Amino acid sequence: MSPTQWDFPVELCCRPMAFVTLTGLDVVYNAVHRAVWDAFCANRRADRVPISFKVLPGDHEYPKCRPKRTSYEWYIPKGILKTGWMNKHLNLVPALVVVFYELDWDEPQWKEKQSECATRVEIVRQSLQGRNTKVAVVLIQKKTPLPPGEDVIASERAAALCNACELSGKSLFVLPHTDHLVGYIIRLENAFYEHAQTYYYTEIRRVKSHKEFLNKTTHQLLFVRHQFKIAFFSELKQDTQNALKNYRTAYNLVHELRAHETNILEIKTMAGFINYKICRLCFQHNTPLDAIAQFRKHIDLCKKKIGSAELSFEHAAWMSKQFQAFGDLFDEAIKLGLTAIQTQNPGFYYQQAAYYAQERKQLAKALCHHEPSVTYPSPDPLETQTGVLDFYGQRSWRQGILSFDLSDPEKEKAGILAVQLKERSVVHSEIIITLLSNAVAQFKKYKCPRMKSHLMVQMGEEYYYAKDYTKALKLLDYVMCDYRSEGWWTLLTSILTTALKCSYLMAQLKDYITYSLELLGRASTLKDDQKSRIEKNLINVLMNESPDPEPDCDILAVKTAQKLWADRISLAGSNVFTIGVQDFVPFVQCKAKFHAPSFHVDVPVQFDIYLKADCPHPIRFSKLCVSFNNQEYNQFCVIEEASKASEVLENLTQGKMCLVPGKTRKFLFKFVAKTEDVGKKIEITSVDLVLGNEAGRCVVLSWQGGGGDAASAQEALQASRSFKRRPKLAAGEVHWDSVVGQASTMIISRVPNISVHLRHDPPALTNEMYCLLVTVESHEKTPIRDVKLTAGLKPGQDANLTQKTHVTLHGTELCDESYPALLTDIPVGDLHPGEQLEKMLYVRCGTVGSRMFLVYVSYLINTTIEEKEIICKCHKDETVTIETVFPFDVAVKFVSTKFEHLERVYADIPFLLMTDVLSASPWALTVVSSELRLAPSMTPVDQLESQLDKVVLQTGESASECFCLRCPSTGNVEGGVATGHYIISWKRTSATENIPAISTVITLPHVIVENIPLHVNADLPSFGRVRESLPVKYHLQNKTDLVQDVEVSVEPSDAFMFSGLKQIRLRILPGTEQEMLYNFYPLMAGYQQLPSLNINLLRFPNFTNQLLRRFIPTSIFVKPQGRLVDDASIAAA
Amino acid sequence: MAVCVAVIAKENYPLYIRSVPTESELKFHYMVHTSLDVVDEKISAMGKALVDQRELYLGLLYPTEDYKVYGYVTNSKVKFVMVVDSSNTALRDNEIRSMFRKLHNSYTDVMCNPFYNPGDRIQSRAFDSMVTSMMVQVC
Repeated sequence: MSPTQWDFPVELCCRPMAFVTLTGLDVVYNAVHRAVWDAFCANRRADRVPISFKVLPGDHEYPKCRPKRTSYEWYIPKGILKTGWMNKHLNLVPALVVVFYELDWDEPQWKEKQSECATRVEIVRQSLQGRNTKVAVVLIQKKTPLPPGEDVIASERAAALCNACELSGKSLFVLPHTDHLVGYIIRLENAFYEHAQTYYYTEIRRVKSHKEFLNKTTHQLLFVRHQFKIAFFSELKQDTQNALKNYRTAYNLVHELRAHETNILEIKTMAGFINYKICRLCFQHNTPLDAIAQFRKHIDLCKKKIGSAELSFEHAAWMSKQFQAFGDLFDEAIKLGLTAIQTQNPGFYYQQAAYYAQERKQLAKALCHHEPSVTYPSPDPLETQTGVLDFYGQRSWRQGILSFDLSDPEKEKAGILAVQLKERSVVHSEIIITLLSNAVAQFKKYKCPRMKSHLMVQMGEEYYYAKDYTKALKLLDYVMCDYRSEGWWTLLTSILTTALKCSYLMAQLKDYITYSLELLGRASTLKDDQKSRIEKNLINVLMNESPDPEPDCDILAVKTAQKLWADRISLAGSNVFTIGVQDFVPFVQCKAKFHAPSFHVDVPVQFDIYLKADCPHPIRFSKLCVSFNNQEYNQFCVIEEASKASEVLENLTQGKMCLVPGKTRKFLFKFVAKTEDVGKKIEITSVDLVLGNEAGRCVVLSWQGGGGDAASAQEALQASRSFKRRPKLAAGEVHWDSVVGQASTMIISRVPNISVHLRHDPPALTNEMYCLLVTVESHEKTPIRDVKLTAGLKPGQDANLTQKTHVTLHGTELCDESYPALLTDIPVGDLHPGEQLEKMLYVRCGTVGSRMFLVYVSYLINTTIEEKEIICKCHKDETVTIETVFPFDVAVKFVSTKFEHLERVYADIPFLLMTDVLSASPWALTVVSSELRLAPSMTPVDQLESQLDKVVLQTGESASECFCLRCPSTGNVEGGVATGHYIISWKRTSATENIPAISTVITLPHVIVENIPLHVNADLPSFGRVRESLPVKYHLQNKTDLVQDVEVSVEPSDAFMFSGLKQIRLRILPGTEQEMLYNFYPLMAGYQQLPSLNINLLRFPNFTNQLLRRFIPTSIFVKPQGRLVDDASIAAA
Repeated sequence: MAVCVAVIAKENYPLYIRSVPTESELKFHYMVHTSLDVVDEKISAMGKALVDQRELYLGLLYPTEDYKVYGYVTNSKVKFVMVVDSSNTALRDNEIRSMFRKLHNSYTDVMCNPFYNPGDRIQSRAFDSMVTSMMVQVC
């Protein structure tokens, strides 16, 4: 029994194609023939007709045709389908035999050639005696033929040749051997194809014709056979629809056969074949659902047809093959463009095939465990005369026997024994693993990671059974993490148990220890007795002894393993195993917790390591050490106990290094942080727990960071959600879930013991040298050294502020742009306890607004902690927010000489500039000086002396100055004429002598200058007196380049009599001046209206009296008449 | 009726899993675990649908030769998986649905228990007996 017994025959699985043989071609020595043959068979693309060609010699013997049966009455078939039948029609019996013959129409020896050709055809016909196979002749010609009908000789000779060969005209072809060979060949092919189809059609008809002779009782098998043949011929004819129909009928007929233990295998085999054909055609017709439905039906029908119980493994093997074949068909269809889905893909069929293969293995194991004394029966009942079976699915020792009774029980027994013994040599695991890996590949494609993992576990287990432990471990190890990460502990435990067995059998120390650790842990669902056993083994291994074998292992393998373990013991070498636990769930849990999120450098850093064991018995460890990101601390954080290996289990409960199951153990560590680490984070990078003795074997459990393994994150989350009351524990014990890890801490500088005070008078005034007095007082108990001051604008504020803020230590000079905004590390010396020092800082703020200033004092001090002297750098900082304001507001206005507000000034006519300085500072200001710096366009009328020198302004007070200016005519300037700058030099009244005054420059506003045609000014005394003459002189100046006609009139007034020209018309030349003299005589005392002067310019109607009034006085104060000593009025009184 | 009933947490670890004692427990664990592939896929396909229109019952997850696996997912992504014997053709979709509804109700009761910490394994006698009532008919 070959391992491929269950495989489908090749002829079943291939695509049937019409079989055509070519004769008369010498493909070895004749180049022309070779080219013809190549054109037929090389590079056959899918668009060529489906024909399988074969070159045979002309005298080839085709299979003999059996004489036609005239009656089926006495015929009893011996089986369903002969094993050779399919092959016969695929490869042996042609649908068409083509005779190639080199003959041109103008052949000189035509007669001879013609008869030779006829002979050849005759020979072929002879060997096809009784078959319906068609014969065709192809003449290979050197010349290109003329179009049909033109070559008279050709048509004559063709007719003669047909006659001689007894061929119809349709079976004679001409193949000119010219350039277009392939084109001719394709045309020939199509013609052959038609002939072949006709042949298969007649074959179908022939088989159908038998039907009427059959009867239901004796010819049941023939019904199936004929139906199958019809379907197969239909396939050869490429009529797949009819083929499918006929196969379906055949399938139904197979199941109508009377099944018995003796023929069940034959029925199943045929059913399997037909089912395969149906499914294949369904996929080919792109009706995959039909294929699946057929397959399901097939399986449901056949599942229970087990047959002989002693050979039940055969049924499993057959089932497995059915699924595998369907999986292959499905997969092939997918490759050709079918789309599968997650829940319906070939993977499921491979999986099921693997399942049946496993069942086959189980059954074979149960049925084929013969004693070694049982020998293979002789003569071999599985041998047949021809080496092959006559019919598919029959038993070799009773071929062709249709009776359901076993005629020869002894022979039957020997046959079954032979089959069973053969089955023993089958490598089942290999079959299973191949199927599983096929399924894995499929599930990977269809997004089924868990299914894939599951199958890989099965593969691993199968490798384990096959004793390939390395591969088993590799697979199991690969999928373990999937189950671990999803928390399927039952499944993980089962995988781990197998893995542990593998590692035991290979004596793989590290793997053995790793799996033991996890099987002892809380994720394992093993019973306590199992855990105890594993723990004992683990301790044995750590004490350099062999562990006990794992249960349910192969005895032989255990023996090998024990030898391997013994070798391990004698071997020295790498006996320290470091196991990173973050990827699995070991039986010791660990949490690290710093006591605080930060420590001052002058305080020892303290942290706890919490450990908890989940194994059934207490366990002792030999060393616990902690590693940090700064490795210098590692040396301080080690707990070690020199214990002999043998003590691992002794003296358990009292030991410091002993973990009692379920109890949380706390270990306190303490170390002094380095001063360089101030401001840095100290992190626990790993916690290492050493089990066993370093001299013997030991395991280092290494937790990364602050402990925690693959399961602890989820557990911590659950614990944090839980509000269950935790049971009370004895004093000093902690509940594991209540411990929250803290794997890092900050080292911060020592708390400074100095005070820093700032004295200043806010707010600061723009641009002033603002004084900050810093007082540092030491409250330390020991002298402090190296006191340094960093002061200035606090970094991190608006960048513009940095540009506009300057800090200096020297207040005597104004600082400029070059000064920094922050002075760093100004050494200020040492301080003894209780001492204090002061430092003056000057800040100049160029813009208003608030700024944050930082004063940072650092110093060094020696301190002692834990009997260790360290130099601590301490610092204290103060920040202060200072508002900067303008010291004063300056208002500027232009007025006329009569103090009337001016919108604009008139060229060449004096006006007044008034400045008003209003103090906005809360502190008294001293105006050191003020200065008016005129623009070139302005000229002063008199001296520009400061009127504000040394004036002190309190808050809200204001100081005004007045300057008389004149603006020469400039023409019309857009936007006015620049006036100049006003500079005020000032300081705080409280500031000391040596503080420089600050100059604030105010740009004066532009003023609009307007020309006027005529300027009038009046000369008159400052007051008049009743009845005393008051001379008034009016100057009329022509400011234009034109001669002006002026009408002047003076209106009378009640308060005055006057003499002079009352009304006059005169001309004033350009640039000249006309004087008008009047003598007023006041009549009444008091503030009196002067007789008004009216001027009318004929050229400038705009020049009104209103404008005139601006320049000349309109009133004057008249004093009463003074009393003289010898006044007449007195005398009169 | 059912041969295995499982409740799976949102994070895909089992909260509750029980199978008929007659067969290997491990087999059902694997079966439930592998069915999560299909559940995941169905949930992600469903994610696009509106929340209130969401159907909790996922239907048949996948058939094997001997069993049918059905799924159900609550709005909080807790999954229920039920394995039914393939030969039991009497069980219609509607019966499966109503079994899931019963299971969901019972699960809701468990969640309402103030002493139950969501995410812990379910150890409720009431839930247990309800599951038993679903499985008892096969034995």
